[in-house]
Amino acid sequence: MSATSIDQRARAQRQVRRELLVGLIRKDLKVKYQGSVLGFLWSLANPLLLLVVYSFVFGVVLKNGIPQFGFYLLSGLLVWNMFSGSVSTATESVVGNSGLVKKVRFPLGILPMTAVGFNLVHFVLQLFVLLVVMLATGFTSVLGPGLLLLIPALAVAMLFTVGLAYLVAGLNVRYRDTKHIVEVVLMAGFWVNPIVYSIAQVTKELNRHGLANAYYLNPMAGVTTAMQRALYAKDVVLANGDHVLADPGYLFYFERLGVGAVISLLLLWLGTSTYRRLSADFAEEL
Amino acid sequence: MTDVAITAHEVSKRFASHTERATSIKERLVRRKAASVDFYALRDVSLEIAHGQSVGLIGANGSGKSTLLKVLAGILRPTEGTVEARGRIASLLELGAGFNGELSGRENIYLNASLLGLTRRETDKLYDSIVEFAELAEFIDNPVKHYSSGMYVRLGFSVAVHVDPDILLVDEVLAVGDEHFQRKCLNKIAEFQQAGKTILFVSHSPDLIEKVCTRAILLDHGQVRFDGDPYFAVAELQKLLGTDRPDSIPDEGPEGEITFGPVVFSDRPGGPGMSVFPAGSAFSAKVEMTLGANSVKALHTVRTVVLGVGDIPIWVMTATDDDLPDGPGTWELDFFVPQSPPVKGRFVLIIQLFTEDEELITYHRTQHAFGVESEHKLGIIGVDYKVGSTQVATG
Repeated sequence: MSATSIDQRARAQRQVRRELLVGLIRKDLKVKYQGSVLGFLWSLANPLLLLVVYSFVFGVVLKNGIPQFGFYLLSGLLVWNMFSGSVSTATESVVGNSGLVKKVRFPLGILPMTAVGFNLVHFVLQLFVLLVVMLATGFTSVLGPGLLLLIPALAVAMLFTVGLAYLVAGLNVRYRDTKHIVEVVLMAGFWVNPIVYSIAQVTKELNRHGLANAYYLNPMAGVTTAMQRALYAKDVVLANGDHVLADPGYLFYFERLGVGAVISLLLLWLGTSTYRRLSADFAEEL
Repeated sequence: MTDVAITAHEVSKRFASHTERATSIKERLVRRKAASVDFYALRDVSLEIAHGQSVGLIGANGSGKSTLLKVLAGILRPTEGTVEARGRIASLLELGAGFNGELSGRENIYLNASLLGLTRRETDKLYDSIVEFAELAEFIDNPVKHYSSGMYVRLGFSVAVHVDPDILLVDEVLAVGDEHFQRKCLNKIAEFQQAGKTILFVSHSPDLIEKVCTRAILLDHGQVRFDGDPYFAVAELQKLLGTDRPDSIPDEGPEGEITFGPVVFSDRPGGPGMSVFPAGSAFSAKVEMTLGANSVKALHTVRTVVLGVGDIPIWVMTATDDDLPDGPGTWELDFFVPQSPPVKGRFVLIIQLFTEDEELITYHRTQHAFGVESEHKLGIIGVDYKVGSTQVATG
């Protein structure tokens, strides 16, 4: 067999893989909204409803003082939802497709990616809706060079998400406890990351113990704060002297995202190698 | 490129019994080392399947057929041993595996083809042909959850064969379709055979195995029990399952007091039952019969005729009064042939009982045959011959 035909075959295989991934994501989307009248609109309405509810709770009832709190919240929440949705869907991605895994030979690495892709589609659309609503309501601070921070922030978010997705998807086949552990950890993670409160409240405490940098060992902390810098973008000073944003500049975020990227890459390596090792026995374990 | 499509070398597949397996972390911690009760679904299976062969895989339930198919398809990893396959494999292990009920037939075709390794463009080209073969044109945009199981299997089979695999692995799925579709599938399989593709399929239908396959492998408790001519493999399976027993159903003779027991073929008098013999080997047929006092008096000759295909008598063995016991009761007659004639084929026995005046009292025909295998692929015997050739004109 000549080198070119091997090359061609590899290319054809990559194409099949890509098409399979797209096909499976499309299937999941289609199945999810099958039979509902509004269909896809539900996933767009979801963040808008959250915007209303949280604006009311934290702007009127609990009064945390962050102006236009809804926008602040969604700046961090959308990417967190993408992450946590991907990880929890991925946990079940192999177990939930047991019929396929046991009966058809196909590239198993597709399954966690399908879970991530499914949530990524929602995220992109929700982000788009958020930007439209921001501009429509005159929230123009989003339009600035800071918006470019989206690119490295999302890159790190994706690395971390994919790495964790592979790890939990593989482990859950062998140990069904994984699903429950993931649930608890994701719930805790939501509160550990500065999504409904401002980062300053955490760093104040941590600084006292000299742990402020350790906080960013969690890649999602870097990602959410960078997302807030990119989308909310206004460094408001609150009544108690706290800044809403972690830092008004850019370098700060690049450093934190860099740390996050290194950790994410390690996790990606761990996740994919664990998944690959376990996947040989998936058909048997299910 | 060698001729071998699939090689399995000493393949074993062990399953740890599920109750003994730690499926949670707690269990893993609590019992460090479970006394696991292992179960071998396959044990030291070695096979070579050449390109273009059609091989049937038979065996009782739980004999490891599906496990072997999955190991060959690369879905299960063998515990020991190696499997090597050359060429594109399509496996049809379950009707419509990978179909999603909510999606339409059309969407499922694309998704399934993609799972089996086709690009979208390739599927576009095959689409019409797939739908036509499955005969589902009018339902193709309905969700497949509304399909009947026959429609399901039609669609699944149609996609799998259109993938144009070099090797097709099929589990017992064809049984679901109606006769018309089964015939269609068989035609497609015949087409495959002509195109020189390799087919391996599991079936419980002896007819299908004998009709389609050139070779059959009988699995028993995870081991290869027989590998060769489909007819003999089926006969061997029937012996394993005990379905060759109809022989023991008493055959009422006209006298009403002669019954025949099972006929046992072996390689020595009183040996264990066999159904396949190498050509030229020793051969014994043990006939059991029960006679009342009257028939014992009348009986003079027992004639056993070995019949080939088309009921052609191949040879005859006769026992006369002197060879026979003289009291009523159950007799065992053993006809022993130290060296059977080197004739290949399938044979049945007919046992005829005669009076002294050569009047037929009764007869019994065995339901099941024994087989003789030889190296001759064609013809039933081997003959020494020479070939002479002369050119008589220039062309």
